[in-house]
Amino acid sequence: MELLDNLLLGFSIAVTPVNLLYAFVGCVIGTLIGVLPGLGPVATIAMLLPITYGLEPVTALIMLAGIYYGASYGGSTTAILVNLPGEMSSVITVLDGHQMAKQGRAGAALCVAALGSFLAGTIATMVIAAFAPPLAELALKFDAAEYFSLMVLGLISAIALAHGSVLKAILMTILGLLLGMVGTDVNSGVTRFTFDRPELIDGIGFVAMTMGLFAFAEIAVNLERTAGPGIVADRISSLWITWQEFKQSFPAALRGTAVGSILGILPGGGATLSSFASYTLEKKLAKDPSRFGRGAIEGVAGPESANNAGAQISFVPMLTLGIPSNAVMALMVGALIIHDIQPGPQIMTKTPELFWGLIASMWVGNAILVILNLPLIGLWVKLLSVPYRILYPLILLCCAIGAFSANNNMFDVWVAIGFGFLGYIFLKLGCEPAPLLLGYILGPMLEENLRRALVLSRGDYTVFFTRPISATMLLMALGLLILMIMPAIRAKRETVFQES
Amino acid sequence: MQLIRNPRDFYAGLLFVAFGIAALVIGQSYPVGTASRMGPGYFPRVLGILLVGLGAFQSLLGMRGRGGVPLEWHWRPLFILLASVALFILLTSSLGLIVATLVLVFVASAASAEFRWREALIAGAVQGMAAAALFVYALGLPLPVWPPFFGG
Repeated sequence: MELLDNLLLGFSIAVTPVNLLYAFVGCVIGTLIGVLPGLGPVATIAMLLPITYGLEPVTALIMLAGIYYGASYGGSTTAILVNLPGEMSSVITVLDGHQMAKQGRAGAALCVAALGSFLAGTIATMVIAAFAPPLAELALKFDAAEYFSLMVLGLISAIALAHGSVLKAILMTILGLLLGMVGTDVNSGVTRFTFDRPELIDGIGFVAMTMGLFAFAEIAVNLERTAGPGIVADRISSLWITWQEFKQSFPAALRGTAVGSILGILPGGGATLSSFASYTLEKKLAKDPSRFGRGAIEGVAGPESANNAGAQISFVPMLTLGIPSNAVMALMVGALIIHDIQPGPQIMTKTPELFWGLIASMWVGNAILVILNLPLIGLWVKLLSVPYRILYPLILLCCAIGAFSANNNMFDVWVAIGFGFLGYIFLKLGCEPAPLLLGYILGPMLEENLRRALVLSRGDYTVFFTRPISATMLLMALGLLILMIMPAIRAKRETVFQES
Repeated sequence: MQLIRNPRDFYAGLLFVAFGIAALVIGQSYPVGTASRMGPGYFPRVLGILLVGLGAFQSLLGMRGRGGVPLEWHWRPLFILLASVALFILLTSSLGLIVATLVLVFVASAASAEFRWREALIAGAVQGMAAAALFVYALGLPLPVWPPFFGG
């Protein structure tokens, strides 16, 4: 069987000592930043990106991926024990997880979160292995017009799924597209928006921009809250769950996995959205919805499985279509491009060991994470007692050095400062930075494919509607836009996001 | 009657309009071309116009919108943080990574309401050594570690 052969190839790569080591390192870092509130996977991966230059591409990707899904494991620990999400993806776990901890069931909550995530990770690995090849095959038929339409669809669905105001998300995306134009235009060689700075000829530094928008601005906002997060790490008695709890949480974990698998593939989806959707679903399905918010174990099992499944599945559009669906995937694209690998449908045929090695390593990573998170839970709890006033200067330092090391250039650190300032204003004005980042990444690709498609069609815009795949995707995008503007849906969308 | 009911939305709109105008002004010298042969100025111009138009619409919504939360700016922590990084940039080339790190950590710590100068000094010194060991000696970043008059 081809699928089995592929997975075997993948595992043979994932378990080499080097890759195993870096998977472990990635998982440890991921758990670490997951546990610590205020430092997310986006900033961390951006920070560590330069360190991976010297590694084999597959090893680099394995480590970075470990950080991403490791963060969703670690985030739940903080959510349950401290009543504070360690990560965006565990915002919803706080609701019931911390209530369980208060009732002395912290051990059960942690156990369900870890095992649910593991179950989800295992299933998600299979799903990727089964669905990625046909998707890549479809993508091989794509021409410039299809790529353009796909990216439009991607951007629109990212907007639809963004938190908060739709209009602001649209504006942030457009601004991101514009920022992506900075540098040399590939078609004409004209340099655009560079202010005659040689450092900007290759565009705005991605790492620097991410640091500013996500890390600097975030720290500044965190510092406004006068009282630091109080740590109330409850005593953890037993890490096991009762049979009754198992019966309640197992189906919830399966449903969460399904939700995460579907939403993870959508652009703009991924870990956070999946966990929100799963919580809403569990609440709808429950015989007694009033238990939710008071320590319902399904409210932990579902979202925690969903966020892990979503995190892993969001690799599929990135690897098969070359289109990142969220900020973390955008960074992964950056990591691949640094290694001269163009993400896209060819990845599976040209570098099968990279593709399958990464997929297999996800399962390995999940196994590592269960070990890291259950028996070693005490270690992470101790970490929570490090006060924020010690932590944030360290984060700042790592970001400054990280921004420098991307191009060994202090100019990038100035860029980070600029974006930190801008990012703070955005946060204050209620503008989510994630769509901007996505626009920035897709901008050059979008423009290039638009121009190429129109050159091929001799300036005929109907080309996007006469080719069936392209037309379908544009129609879907249009449908999404109409849905977003409809008042009934808009109200519903707002309530979903307000449950946090 | 209050003119701006939702300041967040209103000022966000203005900000985008400003970006849009900046893009149009700076980009006006780039050749636009035609739809079939788009020049480098075509796509940025479309985006600039979109930003101005939708940004203005956003501001209008902010003027008549409801549920506005008053804006509160806390510039002090932000500026201290950014200043600490700026100092880091300026000091690294002249005084080396360890001193620059010490300054960054110390100044950045002052942004917190729980600032303790002794603790910040120690943390800065420790992180300076660690940064030099990890980033320069282990990872080989081209940064000076010691001030030049140390002979390093």
